[in-house]
Amino acid sequence: MSQFAINLIFVGASFALYIGIAIWARAGSTKDFYVAGGGVHPVMNGMATAADWMSAASFISMAGLIAAGGYANSTFLMGWTGGYVLLAMLLAPYLRKFGKFTVPDFIGDRFYSSGARLVAVACLIIASVTYVIGQMTGAGVAFSRFLEVDSNTGLMIAAVVVFLYAVLGGMKGITYTQVAQYVVLIIAYTIPAVFISLQLTGNPIPALGLFSTHTESGLPLLAKLDMVVRELGFTDYTADVSNKLNMVLFTLSLMIGTAGLPHVIIRFFTVPKVADARWSAGWALVFIALLYLTAPAVASMARLNLLNTIYPAGPTADAIKYEERPNWVQTWEQTGLIKFEDKNGDGRIQLYKESPSFAATAEARGWKGNELTVNNDILVLANPEIANLPGWVVGLIAAGGLAAALSTAAGLLLAISSAVSHDLIKGSINPQISEKKELLAARISMAVAIVVATYLGMNPPGFAAQVVALAFGIAAASIFPALMMGIFSKRINNKGVIAGMLSGLGSTLVYIFMYLGWFFIPGTNSLPNTPDNWLLGISPLSFGAIGALINFAVAFAVSAVTEEPPEGIQDLVESVRYPRGAGTAVDH
Amino acid sequence: MADDKNMAQAYWQANLRLIAGCLVVWALASYGFGILLRPLLAGISVGGTDLGFWFAQQGSILTFIALIFFYAWKMNQLDNKFGVHEE
Repeated sequence: MSQFAINLIFVGASFALYIGIAIWARAGSTKDFYVAGGGVHPVMNGMATAADWMSAASFISMAGLIAAGGYANSTFLMGWTGGYVLLAMLLAPYLRKFGKFTVPDFIGDRFYSSGARLVAVACLIIASVTYVIGQMTGAGVAFSRFLEVDSNTGLMIAAVVVFLYAVLGGMKGITYTQVAQYVVLIIAYTIPAVFISLQLTGNPIPALGLFSTHTESGLPLLAKLDMVVRELGFTDYTADVSNKLNMVLFTLSLMIGTAGLPHVIIRFFTVPKVADARWSAGWALVFIALLYLTAPAVASMARLNLLNTIYPAGPTADAIKYEERPNWVQTWEQTGLIKFEDKNGDGRIQLYKESPSFAATAEARGWKGNELTVNNDILVLANPEIANLPGWVVGLIAAGGLAAALSTAAGLLLAISSAVSHDLIKGSINPQISEKKELLAARISMAVAIVVATYLGMNPPGFAAQVVALAFGIAAASIFPALMMGIFSKRINNKGVIAGMLSGLGSTLVYIFMYLGWFFIPGTNSLPNTPDNWLLGISPLSFGAIGALINFAVAFAVSAVTEEPPEGIQDLVESVRYPRGAGTAVDH
Repeated sequence: MADDKNMAQAYWQANLRLIAGCLVVWALASYGFGILLRPLLAGISVGGTDLGFWFAQQGSILTFIALIFFYAWKMNQLDNKFGVHEE
């Protein structure tokens, strides 16, 4: 059977499963649509949250980023998991007790202000829309590589499938498909990793293989990898970083951003009790960790495998001839994600780091520049081929990558559509709307959101690469502090929170735009985006944490000089702090 | 009524103390051992590298999981002790 047929079977079977779930789990009420009826078991919600959270970035890109950056990129591992501690202790249980359907719901009620609600809706929509673009393009890449269709056609297929289960089932349909998608993606991620770990270290558990002995050389795997990359002019894989302030702030921004992303928070509205929200955050992290503990192993092993492929006789011997390159290099060359240029004309592929300190060595070996560029994103997708695994493993990876992208896209689309139908239409424009009409409005906004996301996926704006920074920056600087202050302080009033959110958001956007271009228009940046120009060495991607601090400070200052919130609001804060009396999530 | 109010206050204070303790461990495992204190842990070797590297890539994640489950378990106890648990 051809590889194409195998991929088709795996992807087709997983899609059939999602559609089957969509038909079975239709939403009959707004409560079904927004919070899956409010009766989701905490372990099951944990699994759905894991799929909701782990996007194309986690599945496809993260291991590649770590492979390229080594220790320095551990920030993604800590940052994208540590936020769950904040969620479990600072947000989820209290927001669950509050018992409404959306994040702006809480901000609007707690700060007795439709202005605050609208600011929250705006932040939510900007953060979620930018995030969903990345998912749709990720799905498009997976389709075009594995199913040999044009990526636009692939996107359309993905959009139709999401449309079916998200519009029909709302949160209810999304919850059960996310559970299925988690199972598909974790199997797809783990199986190739197990094979590769066995090949390199003899240890069947990749997370342990990372710290085991490399069978071929008898050295610890990481020591061997350090040695190989050093011979080629790269920084040691395990080398420490010098700019620790930036590393800390970047990790903190990712953590706060994770805790403040609305599509993750609303998953905790679906469990029956406050205590369940706490347990559920723990289970979510367990399911996430199954992938996140494997990812650093995949990263180091894939890097070593890649370099071994290019230098079969070791990094100090001759590189492989271009004519003799393996099949997977050829297939990925067609996608443009691997590029080769024979700069010194010797017919061999030299892959190394061009740097002043390595120039002498490179010249002595007759090299005239690095000849192979490998996009970080292909490491996980090409992993089974690099390790010569059977064709069905490749099919599995295709289905897994699509599951990761689609599950996150659906969660984001629900957050967007509920903000529009519940907060904008019912909350601000037409509070008298009947439940039936609100459900229809929710379905229509979901459909519109899918069309917009698909369009943006086909015509990604120039700033597609920076959108993740933007989404995390916004969530960290605006949404997280507002929610936390709403729960932990009775003194913060409507004026304080609006001033806080706007200044946190504003300062973060200005700092990002200064270095990445105003509104991401290339060439309009005020300062070059290099570490020398960053304020105190803080990268634009790390600024979310500073934006959050500004938000807190401004909100406290403004509240301190203005009046106290009314007594009823202080009672509301009091009530979210105690679990007793929590029903399931309710409408107004 | 006054008693109820005092109990509720005491419950919230206990919760805040528990959160503070958990967040100290949270920060120590990630920002401490994983990043800032890594040079101090350089002497403790783990599979070809040092303990700080392990904390940055795996140890902090395992610590986070333990923390959340500990917090959830402890809060259930507090909920019952102070009589604010769900019926």
